[in-house]
Amino acid sequence: MSKWLEDHLPKVVLAPSFIAVLVFVYGFIAWTAWVSLTRSKLLPKYEIHGFIQYDRLFAAPRWDVAMNNLFIFGALFIVISMVLGLLLAILLDQNIRTEGAIRTIYLYPMALSMIVTGTAWKWILNPGLGVEATVRGWGFENFTFDWLVNPDMAIYTIVIAAIWQSSGFVMALFLAGLRSVDTEIIRAAQVDGIPTWRVYTAIIIPSMAPIFLSAFIVLSHLAIKSFDLVIALTGGGPGFASDLPATYMYAMAFSRGDIGQAASSAMIMMAVVFAIVVPYLYSELRAKND
Amino acid sequence: MTDVTIHPARSQSRLGKIALRWLLYIILGLFALYYLMPLFVMVTTSLKSLEEIRTGDLISLPRVVTFEAWTTAWSTACTGIQCEGVRPYFWNSVLIAVPAVLISTLVGALNGYVVAQWRFRGSNLFFAAMLFGCFIPFQVVLLPMARLLGIMGIAGTIPGLIFVHVIYGLGFTTLFFRNYYVSIPSELTKAAKVDGAGFFRIFWSIFLPLSLPIIVVTVIWQFTQIWNDFLFGVSFSQAGTQPITVALNNIVNSTTGVKEYNVDMATAIIAALPTLLVYVVAGKYFIRGLTAGSVKG
Repeated sequence: MSKWLEDHLPKVVLAPSFIAVLVFVYGFIAWTAWVSLTRSKLLPKYEIHGFIQYDRLFAAPRWDVAMNNLFIFGALFIVISMVLGLLLAILLDQNIRTEGAIRTIYLYPMALSMIVTGTAWKWILNPGLGVEATVRGWGFENFTFDWLVNPDMAIYTIVIAAIWQSSGFVMALFLAGLRSVDTEIIRAAQVDGIPTWRVYTAIIIPSMAPIFLSAFIVLSHLAIKSFDLVIALTGGGPGFASDLPATYMYAMAFSRGDIGQAASSAMIMMAVVFAIVVPYLYSELRAKND
Repeated sequence: MTDVTIHPARSQSRLGKIALRWLLYIILGLFALYYLMPLFVMVTTSLKSLEEIRTGDLISLPRVVTFEAWTTAWSTACTGIQCEGVRPYFWNSVLIAVPAVLISTLVGALNGYVVAQWRFRGSNLFFAAMLFGCFIPFQVVLLPMARLLGIMGIAGTIPGLIFVHVIYGLGFTTLFFRNYYVSIPSELTKAAKVDGAGFFRIFWSIFLPLSLPIIVVTVIWQFTQIWNDFLFGVSFSQAGTQPITVALNNIVNSTTGVKEYNVDMATAIIAALPTLLVYVVAGKYFIRGLTAGSVKG
């Protein structure tokens, strides 16, 4: 008996986690997938009724807004964070004496909760007493900056806060990338008298392609899962003008009592994540096996 | 970190170089201001009286510094109907985070140890299955988890939240330890086995003493994740067991009475302090976790 245990101890140790993953990740995904095919409302039902929940979802104006917002938010958030992150990384890579301190300042928002970030920006952007009031106080009486309460612009306030939170992190990723570029090539280019900007555009940045890819994966993952920031900053409002899929799912699950809609919207979110992540993971794993 | 910098082309004049250098520092300084501005506004707002907030502007320093908002935030601010400040919720977060971090780190260490050093048929599959779990949007498990917690009788309780955080933290903790232990030569384990040491003995006497850096990285990562969590907190808690992020959101969005912006800001800073402190004290490990969790995950 003890011999058997000794031989199988590694498996015994892994078993609880294995079962946990099987049940709480895969089993739960299967449950949600199943329920998304039923007529569940306040309580889950288990008879399958085809794709009616998905039909309802795609017909719902609120979901339409949420997906459009995800597209706007995701595109702006990813592109601006990457441009800003790369720019800051290049600037910081010029033998800056106070680099450590500056890096610490650029990156600290990443340690904050999205709820804290949202609370801070909600205060800064509120038209009554925030930036708008402050600039008016300087004598620009007609200055308007009411994005937070403007249905057409509310989604952009989430972009602003999200970039503030994550761009420093992208900077750190790129900085690590810049530091790992082969120094011999750079020296050789300098000896040849190639101007600095050409060294960057022709040698360094192209060699950082993998970093761009991982930054993209991380940021898109963050964008799709964005929930806390929307809740804290706009609450999805005004109306549901700044809803994202995550807030739509939450509203259906916990305040509207529409489990079928919650399940189907969660499945779509997962599909979007996997459309981005699976090809990446696949190529990573293949690269390792080769 | 190597010392590679791109030296501006030689043709530039000395004066131009100095000007460029100044410009560089000014730009970096402006960005530092941009990142610090919200924190500055939060701190100054929390130290102003409501009267001063209404008449003054966003970026002015407080004329009179008052800590009233801080005491209100800590002990009398209202989250919905209750008005006991944020203190009980702060302790809820501590009660959730500490056990969840410890358990998920310990289990992750053992998992990583097996996957890296005691491979068997299927252990790689297990690891791949776990890794996949790091990527799912948690919305996809919210509904069944809510039902399961109800069936287990721990819905809306702190043990329930600990349970959820342990389960969905395991993917990352396993990943961290696995990637760390993979770099330790397997000859070490083999030699110890020949000498008669068992599975736990080898873990305890050889691997654990080598693990301090990765333990720090994992603990910091897990603590930050769990302390800052909102989705699980708001989905699986009830009045009295909410973590601080949920309480903060409730205080800020409570519609009753006068909007006390200074109290909101003080509460937000209280909610942010533990993770900020960790960041300031152990930033290096924090960043390592972030990059390991994102690049490899």
